[in-house]
Amino acid sequence: MTRIIEQDTQRIVDEVLEVYPEKTKKERKKHLLANDPECSSSTCGLKSNVKSRPGVMTSRGCAYAGSKGVVWGPIKDMIHISHGPVGCGQYSWWSRRNYYTGKTGINAFGAMHITSDFQENDIVFGGDKKLEQLCREIREIFPLAKGISIQCECPVGLIGDDIESVARKMTKELGIPVIPVRCEGFRGISQSLGHHIANDSIRDWVLGKVKGILEKETPYDVLILGDYNIGGEAWSSRKILEEMGLRVIAQIPGDCTLNELTNMPRPKLILVHCYRSTNYIARYMEENFGIPWMEYNFFGPTKIYESMRKIAKRFDEKIIEQTEKVIEKYKPLMDSVIEQYRPRLEGKRVMLYVGGLRPRHIVGAYEDLGMVVVATGYEFAHRDDYERTYPELPKNSLIYDDPPHYELENFADALKPDLVGSGIKEKYVYHKMGIPFRQMHSWDYSGPYHGFDGFPVFARDMDMAVNNPSWKLIRRKGR
Amino acid sequence: MKVQDHVKLYRREDYEKLFRDKREFECPYPEEEVKKVEEYTKTEEYREKNFNRKALTINPAKACQPLGAVLCALGFKDTMPFVHGSQGCVAYFRSHLSRHFKEPVPAVSTSMTEDAAVFGGLSNMIEGLENAYALYKPKMFAISTTCMAEVIGDDLNAFIKKAKQQGIIPEDLPTPYANTPSFTGSHINGYDAMLKGILSYATQGLRAIKGEKINLILGFDTYSGNYREIKRILNMMGVPHIILADISDSLDSPNFGDYEMYPGGTSLEELRDSINSKATLSLQKYSSLKTGEFIKESWGQPFVNVPYPIGIRNTDLFIDTVKDLTGKEIPQELIEERGRVVDAIIDSYAYIHGKRFALIGDPDLLLGLLSFILELGGIPVHIVCTNGDEDFEREAYALLQREPLFGSEGKVYIKKDMWHLRSLLFTEPVDLLIGNSYCKALWKDTGIPLIRVGFPIFDRHHMHRYPILGYQGALNLLTLIVNTVLDELDRETKDSPSFDVIR
Repeated sequence: MTRIIEQDTQRIVDEVLEVYPEKTKKERKKHLLANDPECSSSTCGLKSNVKSRPGVMTSRGCAYAGSKGVVWGPIKDMIHISHGPVGCGQYSWWSRRNYYTGKTGINAFGAMHITSDFQENDIVFGGDKKLEQLCREIREIFPLAKGISIQCECPVGLIGDDIESVARKMTKELGIPVIPVRCEGFRGISQSLGHHIANDSIRDWVLGKVKGILEKETPYDVLILGDYNIGGEAWSSRKILEEMGLRVIAQIPGDCTLNELTNMPRPKLILVHCYRSTNYIARYMEENFGIPWMEYNFFGPTKIYESMRKIAKRFDEKIIEQTEKVIEKYKPLMDSVIEQYRPRLEGKRVMLYVGGLRPRHIVGAYEDLGMVVVATGYEFAHRDDYERTYPELPKNSLIYDDPPHYELENFADALKPDLVGSGIKEKYVYHKMGIPFRQMHSWDYSGPYHGFDGFPVFARDMDMAVNNPSWKLIRRKGR
Repeated sequence: MKVQDHVKLYRREDYEKLFRDKREFECPYPEEEVKKVEEYTKTEEYREKNFNRKALTINPAKACQPLGAVLCALGFKDTMPFVHGSQGCVAYFRSHLSRHFKEPVPAVSTSMTEDAAVFGGLSNMIEGLENAYALYKPKMFAISTTCMAEVIGDDLNAFIKKAKQQGIIPEDLPTPYANTPSFTGSHINGYDAMLKGILSYATQGLRAIKGEKINLILGFDTYSGNYREIKRILNMMGVPHIILADISDSLDSPNFGDYEMYPGGTSLEELRDSINSKATLSLQKYSSLKTGEFIKESWGQPFVNVPYPIGIRNTDLFIDTVKDLTGKEIPQELIEERGRVVDAIIDSYAYIHGKRFALIGDPDLLLGLLSFILELGGIPVHIVCTNGDEDFEREAYALLQREPLFGSEGKVYIKKDMWHLRSLLFTEPVDLLIGNSYCKALWKDTGIPLIRVGFPIFDRHHMHRYPILGYQGALNLLTLIVNTVLDELDRETKDSPSFDVIR
């Protein structure tokens, strides 16, 4: 069944583009599209993964955000140095909600800000000496840290520091791996290159270099890749896999230890959650270790059942049977969530703008609740993300790539969504517009939204946003 | 249906088991060893090591210069904060400020990447100004820099001139700028640099005609309530004034069901008029060092620093200074307000007298808080200022020595961070901790109750909407402090006969 939304998407796009200077208009036009689920890159060809135009107020971040903030930051038993001036580490401190167990500051270091706090002298004379000293001090102050990663900020690459040498020297001297990550913020055009650089540094500095322990292997070993455990969602996914009879030998990188990273070459199957940020290492494992990988989506019952069956099929009858049992166990609960919330949300229009995978992954969960996604888009997606997106969305829904504030505000005016799902920079804009909003990066300090334990929370929160009475208190100017 | 979210879920047995089972793959240190190290971090020996750190900074209480520049820019009407450099920085500034104020924060970046690192950021600046002007129609761009632009040495002034010569933006569009490298100073210096940049640009070539108004600078002040309170006091006194960089309406705007990008701020007319004021009064010395120099030298206007008006004495001093500068009388209403707050203090002092405090924050905030705590009979013990300098240190000690009975124990730690403070709290415990939201990690480790004052406050709502300045602010702070003590007292006595209903 083709789902169609009745809206004049192309006209809306043309009108919003009107205000741009010629050059930027021409460029932005290529990043906007009325969806056709039959789309392919050759027929639709939405442009993506190119530079944001200066001055437009993009929501995008940088390579450092993609590496320190996303991929490396959640590895909990290592120290991640924000190497450079104080700001980057300050603004990314304890903000992403990648939950972990452990004692912060003792054997886990996630919710901390560790920095070399560059001063003018470090810029003029270089920061390598300071970095060496800093690594030694980490060893003293945090004796249980299993390793160190050096997350570069802009100046490091510009002044030509040789952090790789420091890393090699310190690895030897301190007896724990010290890993250089060249994720200076000016590299690339968004967080995306930071993911890639972080993946490469795992490949080059962990795999085959750091010895890990895994006592035994079983035919049911899998690895969760690219789940950041926002609000603990990797745990609610892990629970499903374990109930299916699988053994999760590593959960990367949410609530992950260095040892789990070293388990990368050991599973029978790699389960990829955020394709965008971890496909690089998944492909590498496939090409070099022959380990297959597949994507899955544990958002909303329809997609959960579908993904569970798809995963089970990769194993034997025993797992397939057990999987059906698990589905049977949870289905009544899922049905009751839908029964309770769907009548309150049926037909509500949703506009999304998020990061790596959610603009497509959460569509099914909204549809389970009877909601319609009228527009979606990514901050830093590539062509392959959009190819995965077209079939998930109704015909005529609007797809935007890296839309600046101006476009989002105007699209919301034109599309009149009942709910917007985006980030902190967007949240209060929509509050002022009187449009219900949920942060879909951090789950708005709620969650988890994945898995059987997550869906009831998701449904509750969406209902709460759309149906809270406070929206009715707004008295519009001049009315 | 009872929905369980993260708060309840991960305490459930099935998740407890999941965490236990997961340890098989984590290869953790044995629990005894973790416990041992945890205890070790509480010792004198560890403290000594901790204070010996030369290169490593852990949980500092400071942000970088351009964040301050953006906050300052947001205090002017129809002004777009425009940051030249990498785009990730601007994403961070916007998020960080939004999380504190719970408000939209507009700011644009010139999105410099590798090619700009090689060839310079001129074309980014030009295209950035063109796009931002077309889309957001500001009446002023307040331009600052990230460390990338600073390291490669982009010439802001020349770039902006070029953009105007090419007709990208109107010649007469104000484009003040400031160099705000993140590898010197902190957010308070960025604020200062931007404010100086804006004032000097706006009044260039103007000649002062002495008027009746006074200018007010609040500094890097993230309490929208403070701006409103200062205005209320000045209005009560009938003092015509200009608040420079007034963020109260831009970062605390009414909800009328419509998004406005520039809902408030000091108007550009007021800005240009500020040169004509009688004097400029700054409430945060360390946020206005350069601005003060500029006002004295270039405008020839008296520039007066008063201590951040926290508490009764500092507020008295503020109001007396305003009176002296303007000749306006202190209205009866304000005198009565003072009396009521003093009365409240006298009603509550018994719960604060002798309580030992640790404080961490920006220099001016700390000086204000110190003064107030000493008025209440509290004992400041650890005063930590990551972005404080030797001048601040001297000033803080001078303040402590003024009240030897309560101040003599106080020790000031400049350029130290929250991990230093952690050692201090374990080796020399106190009763109360004052600091920003990140200090909740210290509360968690030490059990010392946290009173949230400063920036950022992410995890409690609306505190920034209530003033901490003036008599009203003193009452708010007093209430916060005394009720924290009382909450703690209830917690401590709930299983004992001392669990009283009347306190």
